[in-house]
Amino acid sequence: MTVASANPDRLTVLDRPNSYIGKVVPRPNLERLMQGRGLYVSDMELPRMAHVVFLRSPHAHAKIIGIDAVEARRMPNVIAVVTGRELATVITPWVGVLSHLKGLKSAPQHAIAIDRVCWQGEAVAAVVATSRAVAEDAAESVRVEYQELDAVTDMRAALDPETPVIHPSLGDNLAFERNLDAGAVDAAFAESDEVAEADFIFGRHTGVTLEPRAVVADWNIAEQRLTVYQGTQAPHMVQNIAALHLGLADSQVRVVCKDVGGSFGIKVHIYADEMATYALSKLLRRPVKFVADRVESFNTDIHARDHRCKGRIGVKRDGTITAFEIDDLTGIGPYSMYPRTSAIEANQVVNLVGGPYRTKNYRARARVVFQNKNLMCQYRAVGHPIACSVTEGLVDLVASKIGMDPVEIRRRNLIADDAYPCASPSGLRFEQLSHHAAMSKLMTMMGYDALRAEQTALRKKNIHHGIGIASFIEVTNPSAAFYGVGGARISSQDGVAVRLDATGSVICQTSITEQGQGSESLTAQIVGSVLGVSMERVRVILGDTDNTPYGGGTWASRGAGIGGEAALQAAKILRKNVLDIAATILQSSPAELDIVNNAVVTASDGSPRIELRELARIVYFRPDTLPPGIQAELMATRHFVPREYPFAFTNGVQASWIEVDTDTGFVKLLKHWVVEDCGTIINPQLVDEQIRGGVVQGLGAALFEKCIYDERGQLTNANMADYLVPMSGEMPDIDVGHVVSPTTESELGAKGAGEAGTAGAAAAVANAVNDALKPFGAIITEIPLTPQVILTALGRI
Amino acid sequence: MKASAFSYARATSVANALELLVAYGDKAKVLSGGQSLMPAMNLRLISPELIVDIGEITELRGIAVRGDILSIGALTRHVDLLRSPEIAAHAPLLTEAAAHVAHPAIRNRGTLGGSLAHADPASELPASVVALNATIVVSGQTGERRIAAGEFFTGIYETALSAQELLIAVEVPVAQKNSAHFFHEFARRHGDYAIAGLAAQAIVQAGLFTELRAAFFAVGDRPILAKAATKLINIRITPAVLAEASATLGEELDPQEDQQASAAMRRHLAKILLARCASALLGPPAAGGPV
Repeated sequence: MTVASANPDRLTVLDRPNSYIGKVVPRPNLERLMQGRGLYVSDMELPRMAHVVFLRSPHAHAKIIGIDAVEARRMPNVIAVVTGRELATVITPWVGVLSHLKGLKSAPQHAIAIDRVCWQGEAVAAVVATSRAVAEDAAESVRVEYQELDAVTDMRAALDPETPVIHPSLGDNLAFERNLDAGAVDAAFAESDEVAEADFIFGRHTGVTLEPRAVVADWNIAEQRLTVYQGTQAPHMVQNIAALHLGLADSQVRVVCKDVGGSFGIKVHIYADEMATYALSKLLRRPVKFVADRVESFNTDIHARDHRCKGRIGVKRDGTITAFEIDDLTGIGPYSMYPRTSAIEANQVVNLVGGPYRTKNYRARARVVFQNKNLMCQYRAVGHPIACSVTEGLVDLVASKIGMDPVEIRRRNLIADDAYPCASPSGLRFEQLSHHAAMSKLMTMMGYDALRAEQTALRKKNIHHGIGIASFIEVTNPSAAFYGVGGARISSQDGVAVRLDATGSVICQTSITEQGQGSESLTAQIVGSVLGVSMERVRVILGDTDNTPYGGGTWASRGAGIGGEAALQAAKILRKNVLDIAATILQSSPAELDIVNNAVVTASDGSPRIELRELARIVYFRPDTLPPGIQAELMATRHFVPREYPFAFTNGVQASWIEVDTDTGFVKLLKHWVVEDCGTIINPQLVDEQIRGGVVQGLGAALFEKCIYDERGQLTNANMADYLVPMSGEMPDIDVGHVVSPTTESELGAKGAGEAGTAGAAAAVANAVNDALKPFGAIITEIPLTPQVILTALGRI
Repeated sequence: MKASAFSYARATSVANALELLVAYGDKAKVLSGGQSLMPAMNLRLISPELIVDIGEITELRGIAVRGDILSIGALTRHVDLLRSPEIAAHAPLLTEAAAHVAHPAIRNRGTLGGSLAHADPASELPASVVALNATIVVSGQTGERRIAAGEFFTGIYETALSAQELLIAVEVPVAQKNSAHFFHEFARRHGDYAIAGLAAQAIVQAGLFTELRAAFFAVGDRPILAKAATKLINIRITPAVLAEASATLGEELDPQEDQQASAAMRRHLAKILLARCASALLGPPAAGGPV
């Protein structure tokens, strides 16, 4: 890893002796997880716990004529078979719209379908039994009579007058449309020397989590309280939504989030089957467990990225980009997902296209349509891969037209590193980005000129390598602008409480959550550094609405930047409180003291004065020895939300070096590079692995992953053999470098790093493949880039 | 994803297993390595009444050379194929093929007999035994039958094995002097089922094929021993010769279409495989030979 700080002289509260900031330290939860002592929802067993299996529709669109569960109900160890109508007495339906997405519409969605199923996989009945196996047996004997309806599957036909309207009450199949026209687009195209355009096609895919969605809901009738154990990224959001639809107060719902086996945005939504599980627990007055199996995961975990986007770019002969124009179409399934809505991805595409570049001329249209497929919603790097692939694909196309090197055209158009603050044509405000520094660093890391020479030499041997470059911007640290302003009760602030206990150890409660990305580690690193306490003395508690401050959780690259800053500020207050008491005990002044290595020391020479353990002993057990009137406060809480900028944008650039076997259409990924700027780096290893993991998911989209539906709306590859996730055997080495431009919105200066890898990886690969295929005159603007697609483009088959 | 309830019997001998298979017929399934059977049961694609576990039958284990025959027990795991010095010496095609079977965890459990009896047209070992001109030994209550590998595979998941019989061993002629082999498959990821693959066993003399058994897989409902290979026998391979063989191959194959590849793509890849086989075994020809 290499770090180049754009601002090396800036000293903060974090630049302290024994600071953990910027260091690779092991995760506190590592041993526990590696020794198999984690606790995932699937591991949980409660007394009287029942298991639910959902009987799911085999049809994409059908009327439910009748459900005969007589035989199933009679089977031994079956507790109940519950239909949508029965469950509706316990839980109300929802509509996934937000007011800031003007015009967005959707229809009421029930926890279990009542009259009609709208996608293959929608639950039509819940079978509750003493074990999952018994419930599966019983589910096989439930007879459902369906009357099949025409399914809307092709997004391109969804708005045609002859296409059936999925929800007649909505009038048409258009869920949302956004139009943007900035600058003088027509004039800019008219003045362009060259114009390039293309249709970009993105395969619908999903974020395959190692642990499927899982929930245990436990309605305690004596307490009148529901405890939900769930692998979720947003416990307080789940608390609010569960309470709202079960007719409870928020205080009657506790959400506990233990270990989570991967999320990637999949686990930040409210799913109908999870709502049904809460409701079943209330209805049956006992704990109920739902663990999605892999087939259910493919059929019901949100999908993403099913976009077709027409793009157009103009350029002057000197390489100046004059304008971007896009027309994006996406199909989101039969409902807008709740509560974050399914319009966000298209909205992000409109926001982000052209984002790294200077041109002010930009026109966009995005349309979001309903269809009878599984729901689409936010998955890692929402909208970014679409926007980046379209933007960077267009830049390469037009560079080729004017015979300019792909790096050179970017250098001539990327926003200058000293031009900030500034805003994009779509109104995004950039505090400080570093496109040019990132590009320069990338050139050095990859040895660009030498690679070009190698590429030329290999061509002569009929070996076709390609280089692809993709600059990107990334939305992180979202404020209320993301959801709150639209009426969603999804917190954009996070809180951290830090306390020094009676033996000088630290307990830290944070509202951000841990799903494997290292929230627990970064929180302990910050608190340990600011307090002057060693990390092993800091215990971090996350994921419990009863026992953490109120907050948003971990999604949209907000954990480090927002939750981390709250931790820093809380630790600062506690540090001040500790030094105040220490000054009293030592008859000194707080300014003369510091905390280093778990002890109060003289700031000037570091000489030890009093151990924190001893200070805590006095405060908790012998306060009588303190001067009159002193009330020590060894617990501090602080909250943080960005107020100046709606989002902390980050930036970066990726490069891909690939080989195409032009006989077979197979692509070999040889090497991948990323340079990104997430501001202050708290733990370089965690950041680098976030980047690498993100890249791998982007490479999956580029080459492998696709939910393949047939024309009747049947998902035909809902298993791990046919749906191809990227595997280590096909992955290249991924080199990661950093430029550091801290945000000044927070003392911590950290921006997010969770989306960067996914944002640009597919664009880099697609550009590299087109670069490799240049001598053959083939241009492909569709992912995944399967051998079939490539051989077809080459005219070999 | 839980299998339906089933009965389980651990067979103590081949005779015991056959008794159970005769008693239950189609309602029984033999459990060997379980790498295809268990997923199918968990997905409830099949719900056998009885599982006959043959894992403890020691007489089904072992690799031995008897004269010019290499005999491989049905319970030989893929990992054993991969590591066996006898197989490396006498049937190196199998060593190479086994390396392409799925992933280490699956190779540690899956067996040769299980793979052959399952007869997935996209799997490596059925084509390999066809290329090797092996004999499949099956046992029934009336005694043993020896079936040529080329006759054994009859369709997708279909073989000459009856529900009352057990596959007990595979007999492979040991590699002769001047024998050479080629194995390659095109799969989207390491360990995936192939989109198209070729297992070939040849005799090469003076830069010519004097014998070439080219068994293609994943391009039909069973391993296809290509007749086109005869066009490459005892002839100096030029681009024209190869083109003719390729054309013949294209005509004799009738590949299926699926999510990974159209029929045309499979045909195309099969031709590439034939060319690469010739090139790999005979070396790049002087005047613009095989690609």
